[in-house]
Amino acid sequence: MDPFDWGVIARSMDFLAAGMALSALLVVVATLGGVVGGAGLAALRRSPRRFLSAPAAGYVGVMRSVPLVLVLFWFYFLVPLAIGRPIGALTSALVAFVLFEAAFYCEIIRAGIANVRRGQSQAAAATGLRPWQALRLVILPQALRAMVPVLLNQIIIVFQDTSLVYVVALRDFMTSASVIASRDGRPIEMYTLVAVVYFAICFVGSYALQRRRKLNYR
Amino acid sequence: MILLEDVHKSYGRTPVLRGCSTNIDAGEVVVVCGPSGSGKSTLIKCINGLEPFDRGRIFVGGTSVGDRATDLPALRARVGMVFQHFELYPHMTALENVSLAQIHVRRRRRAEADRRSEELLVRVGLADKLRSRPAELSGGQQQRVSIARALAMDPEAMLFDEPTSALDPEMVTEVLEVMQALAQDGMTMMVTHEMGFAQRVADRVLFMDHGEILEDTDKAHFFAAPVTERARQFLSKVLRH
Repeated sequence: MDPFDWGVIARSMDFLAAGMALSALLVVVATLGGVVGGAGLAALRRSPRRFLSAPAAGYVGVMRSVPLVLVLFWFYFLVPLAIGRPIGALTSALVAFVLFEAAFYCEIIRAGIANVRRGQSQAAAATGLRPWQALRLVILPQALRAMVPVLLNQIIIVFQDTSLVYVVALRDFMTSASVIASRDGRPIEMYTLVAVVYFAICFVGSYALQRRRKLNYR
Repeated sequence: MILLEDVHKSYGRTPVLRGCSTNIDAGEVVVVCGPSGSGKSTLIKCINGLEPFDRGRIFVGGTSVGDRATDLPALRARVGMVFQHFELYPHMTALENVSLAQIHVRRRRRAEADRRSEELLVRVGLADKLRSRPAELSGGQQQRVSIARALAMDPEAMLFDEPTSALDPEMVTEVLEVMQALAQDGMTMMVTHEMGFAQRVADRVLFMDHGEILEDTDKAHFFAAPVTERARQFLSKVLRH
């Protein structure tokens, strides 16, 4: 008798797909929100005014020093206490992911900005662009382009980190698979599937980006 | 047009400008020369406020550059600048490079800005390069785009910081020709480091050394009979070849 029962995958497809949909939602929201928030934080951190740069630096320092699991947990339990009503697991997880990722994207973007030639901001300034215009129109587009590999890396990390939402009773792809694994006693089949899917998505993603980069300028 | 009064500047304890004064009239073409490290680039970057200065005053068309109340971005929009390393925006086409500040500073509509950019790029001889990115252009072509970018703001004066120093010799001429045409159109120009341009086009030459303007005379006098010993030495080195 075949010791493996791969049919378990087909039978639980809907359940797994729902998990994947949640993972995808978390990745997309965390990445978009994180990049926007991170760009804002990076702009604040670069400010010569300490009352702007110091709080941003403090925020980034704190967020990068605590595990994501704790941020998720705090948000779920403490924010309802603070505002007096429950906010729901999904909302709290999305907000927590964005706030957490923003701190990392801030540092990634700062490093990217530091890599753009200094003359570029001088040239932008010389045509009369204001500092925030120069940042938005000239510096950030170049910084983001140089950051593509690091950003991709961060997206993969987020994708893998989405499994942490189990602490607030949400089921991402990984959690869904492990629920089936223990319900049906099929851990090998389910975890093999998880590994293959994670690998396929991350590999295809990085391959596609590499191709795109080759087609790009420089 | 451009007035400098006793401009001083130091990096830490190292003085780079030690009391520079001069006056450039509208339509005048002035070349600033001198050995490297003499303060030419710093001086020219003080004029549009890219470099802050410690003491003295600079006026551009009546606006005081060092005044805290002066809106520097607005002032810079009135003064074109061309850099040694071109500093075109690599993620944009030549046309987009020239249009950017027109759209975001002058508030021109994109179509209007692009029309003006095209006109200027044609004028600097790049009619067939509108959609090219900087990486696809030669150094001389990039520098001509950057001149067009500065001209697109309809500047009152143009500053050139070593505009040909990063170019291969065969490309220097194409850039100088564009600059010469500008000078003939009556543009007020200040150019550092370009001796060929000084000889052919300049009205006046400033000679700098160790942060001081040692000579400030018309071109003929400067090349024929420099007053200071250091200027004589400099000329004999530069003009030997």
